[in-house]
Amino acid sequence: MATSAQPIQSSSSTTFSRKPRSLWGDAWRRLISNRASVVGMFIVGTLIFTAIFAPLLAPHNPVIQESGNSLRQPFWVTDTTSATEPVPGHPLGTDGLGRDQLSRLIYATRVSIIVGLIPTIIVLCIGVPIGLIAGYAGGRVDNLLMRVTDIVYAFPDLLFIISISVAFRETWFGQAFNGLLLIFVALAIVGWTGLARLVRGQVLSLKEKEFIEAARALGIPTGQIIRNHILPNTLAPVIVAISFAIPGFIIAEATLTFLGAGMRPSVDQANPFPTSWGVMLQEGISRLSSGPWILLFPASCIAIVMLAFTFIGDGLRDALDPRDQ
Amino acid sequence: MTVHQNGKDNQPILRVHDLTVHFPVTSGIVFQRQVGSVKAVDGISFDIQPGETLGLVGESGCGKSTAGRAILQLQRATSGQVYFGETDLTRLRGGALRAMRRQVQIVFQDPYASLNPRMTVGSIIGEPISVHNLRQGKVAIRHRIEELLELVGLNPYFINRYPHEFSGGQRQRIGIARALAVEPQFVVCDEPVSALDVSIQAQVLNLLQELQKKLGLTYLFIAHGLAVVKHISDRVAVMYLGKIVELAPSRQLYKRPLHPYTKALLSAAPLPNPRVEKKRQRILLEGDVPSPLHPPSGCRFHTRCPIATTRCTEEEPPMVDYGDRHQAACWRIDEAIELHPITKATAPFSP
Repeated sequence: MATSAQPIQSSSSTTFSRKPRSLWGDAWRRLISNRASVVGMFIVGTLIFTAIFAPLLAPHNPVIQESGNSLRQPFWVTDTTSATEPVPGHPLGTDGLGRDQLSRLIYATRVSIIVGLIPTIIVLCIGVPIGLIAGYAGGRVDNLLMRVTDIVYAFPDLLFIISISVAFRETWFGQAFNGLLLIFVALAIVGWTGLARLVRGQVLSLKEKEFIEAARALGIPTGQIIRNHILPNTLAPVIVAISFAIPGFIIAEATLTFLGAGMRPSVDQANPFPTSWGVMLQEGISRLSSGPWILLFPASCIAIVMLAFTFIGDGLRDALDPRDQ
Repeated sequence: MTVHQNGKDNQPILRVHDLTVHFPVTSGIVFQRQVGSVKAVDGISFDIQPGETLGLVGESGCGKSTAGRAILQLQRATSGQVYFGETDLTRLRGGALRAMRRQVQIVFQDPYASLNPRMTVGSIIGEPISVHNLRQGKVAIRHRIEELLELVGLNPYFINRYPHEFSGGQRQRIGIARALAVEPQFVVCDEPVSALDVSIQAQVLNLLQELQKKLGLTYLFIAHGLAVVKHISDRVAVMYLGKIVELAPSRQLYKRPLHPYTKALLSAAPLPNPRVEKKRQRILLEGDVPSPLHPPSGCRFHTRCPIATTRCTEEEPPMVDYGDRHQAACWRIDEAIELHPITKATAPFSP
């Protein structure tokens, strides 16, 4: 034990020219080196682009009905009667009311994006604070908050959403945005519990870490400890959970609408959210024998978007895995 | 080593009086009731003089870390007082306690768990500076951070790096810089080198000593190995199951230990000289450390003590001063002195 405390100073200046690497930066590098998640991000990027520029991309107005052009088949079908023969201008055919399928698909992306986004934001605003408070405060507060969470969690989701959508169907709340507002609120009410539990678990394990103790020993106020030390360290699993929650909300909207408890189609030509993939599924199922393609397109779109989000979620989980650090 | 020659006249910087930390053990899910308590620290008292280093040693689980955390009020004491100067830290709450935190700091054991992985070195060290408003303005704070990094032997260029880009020893230096950021007078070093490589341990110990000299710090140095403590301490307290059994100036404790437990601890360390090592007689302690949930009656060490009598099982021995500020708590001190294991200090060829 004869070594003295010499300052650790490297002689080569090249050591210092490297840029500092944050854990977020590392995670991002791992994410973009994952081919599947890059494909997923590309698909989601396309989806967002389509949703924003829907009026420019869609060849027709999605709610205008062409009476002579109902049930037209997609362009590649050739062996058909003249009544359902593909017509130019409707590459993916038309539905039973003569509305352009492609335009409806394009406009429906808007609902998918917004139904993935808004409930997620609400869920974050409810779940994260509850998890943080329950985990950090502990004791009685924790007990109370977690029992409330358990009760909400134990309630059957679908039953709850269907019953409130039936209950509010005729009120302004149920009518707002073709019933979308009701869906947002209903999904958020049942959706925050998982996130609250996840965050609480993270906080419980973080609270025992020495760097939190160090922050307390340094006299850093509690709010600042939560904001600077606890919250950033819970974010990684929260981000992964969100990447799986968004497709969950999209498919929940489609399911509810398909069951008739969700969004209602609009006939207003100026409505920015005239239809959704769920609405199109519902319309398609009633015409399954005469026009099976009507069901095919929205179903494929949903499947592709689900897959894209799953790729991103898997990539994020691998990239943010704390075991790699 | 900084020794205060006139220590007896000085006012101690820290005075721990009958400090007790009990952790309740509860059972039941909804209606919890206490079924017992783990007596992690059970009535310890000591003084620390300004500029002094007090070593606190003991086996794993003897309560030494809990004692350190209770002094800093990271763990509230069940009873007892911790006087820092004139203030009783155990009575402070909220803002007053936060303000006192400037004076007393801690360096943690595990340099991998004690730094926030999502913050840069600069913000780790800078946060306490801005919270306590020790420097005003971004530039002044940055200067101070660079100064602190240099003080602990790190290149100031590292200010924007993240903890995972450093080695264990470097991380521990960052932890020390963070503790020094608030310009404390008293630092609890909670096994600051036990998680480090042996080659790095000496560097960090020397750094702590240099800083003590430069900044006039007072240390409570917690460790489980007597060797590390010997290197740095002026006085050493030996803890067993939540109690201090012996407290003596460092040199005395190693040369002439009194308590059978201290002797056993010292004799457990292997000797560097193989010829002496072969003849080394150990005081072999039988059994395990008893559970602090149900500590033994009387002297806590009696279940494993080679010279225990019935009195030891019934009455608790008081701390008695045997001269030269050498205190021990044992009923059979005369017999204990007769125990002669060969230790590092007594071995004839010891380096």
